[in-house]
Amino acid sequence: MGLIQRSRVKSPWILHFDNSSCNGCDIEILACLTPLYDVERFGMVNMGNPKHADILLITGPVNMRTARVLKNLYEQVPDPKVVVCVGTCASTGGVFHNCYNVLGGVDKVIPVDVYVPGCSVRPEAIIDGVLMALQKLAKL
Amino acid sequence: MMIKQFLFVLFILVGAPIVGGLLFGIDRRITARMQGRYGPPFIQPFYDFFKLLGKEQIAVSRLQFVWIYGYLVFMIASLVFLVMKSDFLLLVFLLGFAGVCLVLGGFSTKSPYAHFGANRELMQILAYEPVLLLLAIAIYAQNGSFLISDIFRQDKPLLFTLWPLFLAVLYVLTIKMRKSPFDISTCHHGHQEIVKGVTTEYSGPYFAIYHLAEWYEIILLLGIISLFWTNPLWVGILIALAAFLLELFIDNITARMTVGWMIRLSWSVGLILGIINIAYIYYTKGVS
Ligand code: SF4
Repeated sequence: MGLIQRSRVKSPWILHFDNSSCNGCDIEILACLTPLYDVERFGMVNMGNPKHADILLITGPVNMRTARVLKNLYEQVPDPKVVVCVGTCASTGGVFHNCYNVLGGVDKVIPVDVYVPGCSVRPEAIIDGVLMALQKLAKL
Repeated sequence: MMIKQFLFVLFILVGAPIVGGLLFGIDRRITARMQGRYGPPFIQPFYDFFKLLGKEQIAVSRLQFVWIYGYLVFMIASLVFLVMKSDFLLLVFLLGFAGVCLVLGGFSTKSPYAHFGANRELMQILAYEPVLLLLAIAIYAQNGSFLISDIFRQDKPLLFTLWPLFLAVLYVLTIKMRKSPFDISTCHHGHQEIVKGVTTEYSGPYFAIYHLAEWYEIILLLGIISLFWTNPLWVGILIALAAFLLELFIDNITARMTVGWMIRLSWSVGLILGIINIAYIYYTKGVS
């Protein structure tokens, strides 16, 4: 593994985007930053700027309004990038799947690399999902 | 003699980013520990740097890249001035140029967030530049020259006569390191400025260059602080490191304040301390 590849695995910067989730999953993502889980020990930082991010953590089902925003954000993240769906909603549409304004899971709009099911997901599962995404990132 | 000096400068130019990066790693670790977290490894900034180098380059405007290189080059130039023990006043101006490059880089894009950040960076320059200029004047008042090599020639450390300005420079260090309460134009760690302030539009390798310039910057600032005690120099370096740790402490116990507050505080406290200091030096030495 080269130096850059190695660094990629060691420093995943995260962009968290909430489509139209119930906020349950978002709270769990924030829980990952707390002292109990502290994802910064893996070098993960919650960025809030798509241009600096490597991993997109997406929660909630895509609806007609957020589809355009999501696509836009995805295009702004420089390559190499991976997308992680957090929660059942983001994976499939979940409990909202037959709402009149919901398109379904995130994979309806952008390509997804890792699905993390759960309602809401446990922080351990989120960290696990991100680590799986990193294994994929190392091969890119 | 020439060759020796050249090699020394080269050594510093290679060593400074390594030490600077490590300092930022220590910063992140200590900050995490203060917040009750475990924190990333000490060499985390280097991982970030090499990762950014390997990312895709996205061009928002072509001029932007000129400015970010300008920021790096001026920062390196001012460090060279410090290492060569050259003119302190010119060093302050070069540092100012570096800041202006960063501001223009922010303004050269169309993003309103970058514009906000650039505006605020301009305010930060406005806040710290007068204090550094006063420091240069005070050094002149004390030693009769702006040359850093003359500071090294004095037996008595500058700290004894210039301690009010030392306090003001500590303050400048917080502004320049972009730490709370002055992380106004952009900030570190997971904090978020309005998106990412002046660095919003830099991505991939260009963001890596920004980091590199920041590593040079921290070494430069700590170098300026260690000028307060140059005989022997290791005391000055210890003072600078203590100032760095104090900065981390302040960063963790304060919240971000507004731009207006920063300017008011910096101009009232910093300028008054500086002017009283210079007046006192001239009073004791007599105006020649
Ligand atoms: S998966 Fe559950 S907790 Fe998460 S957004 Fe959907 S409904 Fe809310």
